[in-house]
Amino acid sequence: MRGATQAKFAAGAIAIALAATACSTSSSSGSSSGSNANGVVRAWWGDPQNPLIPTDTNEVNGGAVLNMIFEGLQHYNPKTGVAELANAQSITTTDQQHFTITLKPGWKFSDGTPVTASSYVDAWNWGAYLPHAQNNTDPFFTSIQGYDAVHPASGSPTAQTMSGLKVVNDTTFTVALTQKFSLWPDTLGYSAFYPLPQSFFKNPTAWEAHPVGNGPYVIKSWTKGTGMSLTPNSTYSGNYKPKNGGVDLKVYTDPNAAYADLQAGNLDIDNGLSNTALKTVQSDLNGRYLNQPAGINQTISFPLNQPKWNTAGAKLVREGISMAIDRPTITKVIFQGTRTPATDWTSPVLGAEGGYSSTLCGDVCTYNPTKAKQLIQQGGGIPGGQLTISYNADGPHKEWVDAVCNSINNALGNTNACVGKPIGTFADFRNQIQNKQMTSAFRTGWQMDYPLIQDFLQPLFYTNAASNDSHYSNPQFDSMVNQANAASTKSAAVSDFQNAEKLLVTDLPSIPLWYQNGTVGWSSNVSNVSLDVFSVPVYTNITVNK
Amino acid sequence: MGRYVIRRLLQMIPVFIGTTFIIFAMVHALGDPVAALFGDKAPDPAVAAQLRQQLGLNDPLIVQYGNYMKGIFTGDLGTTFSGQPVTELLKTAYPTTLKLTVVAFTFEVIIGIGLGVISGMRRGRLADTGVMVMTLIVISIPTFVIGYVLQYLFGVKWGLADATVPEGAPIQSLLLPGFVLASVSLAYVARLTRTTIAENSKADYVRTAVAKGLPRRRVITHHLLRNSLIPVITFLGTDLGALMGGALVTERIFNIHGVGYYLYQGILRQNTPTVVGFVTVLVIVFLLANLLVDLLYAVLDPRIRYA
Repeated sequence: MRGATQAKFAAGAIAIALAATACSTSSSSGSSSGSNANGVVRAWWGDPQNPLIPTDTNEVNGGAVLNMIFEGLQHYNPKTGVAELANAQSITTTDQQHFTITLKPGWKFSDGTPVTASSYVDAWNWGAYLPHAQNNTDPFFTSIQGYDAVHPASGSPTAQTMSGLKVVNDTTFTVALTQKFSLWPDTLGYSAFYPLPQSFFKNPTAWEAHPVGNGPYVIKSWTKGTGMSLTPNSTYSGNYKPKNGGVDLKVYTDPNAAYADLQAGNLDIDNGLSNTALKTVQSDLNGRYLNQPAGINQTISFPLNQPKWNTAGAKLVREGISMAIDRPTITKVIFQGTRTPATDWTSPVLGAEGGYSSTLCGDVCTYNPTKAKQLIQQGGGIPGGQLTISYNADGPHKEWVDAVCNSINNALGNTNACVGKPIGTFADFRNQIQNKQMTSAFRTGWQMDYPLIQDFLQPLFYTNAASNDSHYSNPQFDSMVNQANAASTKSAAVSDFQNAEKLLVTDLPSIPLWYQNGTVGWSSNVSNVSLDVFSVPVYTNITVNK
Repeated sequence: MGRYVIRRLLQMIPVFIGTTFIIFAMVHALGDPVAALFGDKAPDPAVAAQLRQQLGLNDPLIVQYGNYMKGIFTGDLGTTFSGQPVTELLKTAYPTTLKLTVVAFTFEVIIGIGLGVISGMRRGRLADTGVMVMTLIVISIPTFVIGYVLQYLFGVKWGLADATVPEGAPIQSLLLPGFVLASVSLAYVARLTRTTIAENSKADYVRTAVAKGLPRRRVITHHLLRNSLIPVITFLGTDLGALMGGALVTERIFNIHGVGYYLYQGILRQNTPTVVGFVTVLVIVFLLANLLVDLLYAVLDPRIRYA
């Protein structure tokens, strides 16, 4: 047995050696105070689905890069979400329909060419032109005069440019809208409105391979599907100059892999935390973790196009269903507190000034099983005898849909009152909603395009609006929205929108469930990590520790 | 031999057409990919129509398939929705997965056959029991559990290896994922080798070789192993294809941007060219690996002849 003993010794020696090296690697990651201006931030990223053209990017990964390499007319304050003038010197109007936009002089793209009025007008016209098939034009350009001519609902376009856009001189252009829209200037911070340099129009394909913008960062290198490296833009003229030496975005397929890298010290910013990670993130990262409401809400919508759901009784049933859902418990147990129970149809990121209300939905959104049962009985029971809640099975929805159904079933004392109904893919799910094939409730979610109460109401509940999934139509609601859009001050517009929102409490085309929170965890290597109102890390503010 | 190879290669043509068509039809059946491009929002009907026309989605399935096959013969495998040619994806993904497969395969061959020989030669002893118990444990644990546990221990807790594979996938960072990928097959190889070695070690020719006075080493490598490896080679050959396809789980855990990653993303985004392109190459790899195995038989055992 001599050999065996030696083997044991060898194994022991290896174990000790391993432990020793482990100690030395972990102690080297300790941080000291002060920041390193040349330090590069390594951040989580996902592969963008579409080309990185501002008018073609509608998801968060592409959007994060666009916000780093572009600066638009307005910039949403990372803390408050209020639109502040950026590239624009002024945006003026006398009638809430015709706007004159003046640019700050001297701004440049990172290739050295100037940012002019045409950079904006040409970019918007290019994006709106139907044959370019850009998927992020609605609702951004739809309100501009002449949009129908370049982007008809069917058939070929009759013009290449929108008649509502006119270049006055290098730094001034005017915009005419189809109708009054008092909050329109506040939409201009969104990525679809970014300017594009001349090089883009000469050769869009070449530009796509190496996008050039006017923002705080420039793209140094980009390996599609793997990662992107960004460095500060020396020609940037705005207020958000980077406080670090650049950002390296790393593409991850599995959030758990990113989390392992974050813990191992190979990643600094992880805003793609998985549900599994969220359970232990507080202790794993010693509090280097942020969890705050985002401009995203989740709702359950009803197919009001189906006659059985469009009755006075069904209205009471919807109210009852809403009261049968125990939001606080579900958000705590299923979502580890990364959802906040909803109290209206907007989001807390708007702030009270922007139109968020913590009382608007009131009793209707408060758990009350006794009243719920009573209301549903009074309304003639659930149409069709059973409530099904459809969701796309390729997303993380099964758990909470089942929890919501359990809550409803418990309130009604009937284990069959509500069941979840999975639909294979998101695309198929969308198609069924779009083609009005839904016969019972289904999940809906809304991520704001810009921090405005208008964006939470008009695209979702205005008659025949693009994302009016419940096919809700109330002339009173429509006219109140029109009135809000014609208001001459922001505060008047906001309160008009809130009045319109109050109609939703009685009509309940959808039931507010909760606001989604944005989460981010970071390594001990970086400081000053925060999330903006879109739940994207404020990359320019992050500092790398010495 | 030459005629045999040609016949086998010709047989691949119908298999190739059949599989591409089945995959094409299956991705097609998933539904409309255009709606998924718009995220949580309802698609703009005009843009959706425009995209469908540009992507040729309005044609009947058989016409779309015809167009796709026409493209294949001119070297055009289509593009992803972000405008990247699929051939470019193949070029970045396959070398990475191939590297991972080679690492895994090396583990499988060296450790698997090594353990098999040891335990086959020492039947019933401690080493044999140990190998049998260990392989049984490995086989009964799902790969992703092994993957996450080893990643946590080696990558996060002890910091001995990279927790995930960095850009460019250097070989040393592929050791851990390669081992995880190989683990289950490795256990099978060990058990398979053990059984055949155990059987053949009692064969007449082994006894003759020993009686001839040949050194033990030479008996094992030249006489025993060569004859025992035929079933193992069959397994390894089919496993080579399975490793490349099955790397999906391992690639996700260790964030390796190989075949599994692009295939998964292609399915999620319902991008037919990506899925069909990757699966087609996988099918070809599978077919070639099988052919190679059949040819290896003849090398190992001269009694097997192909005409």
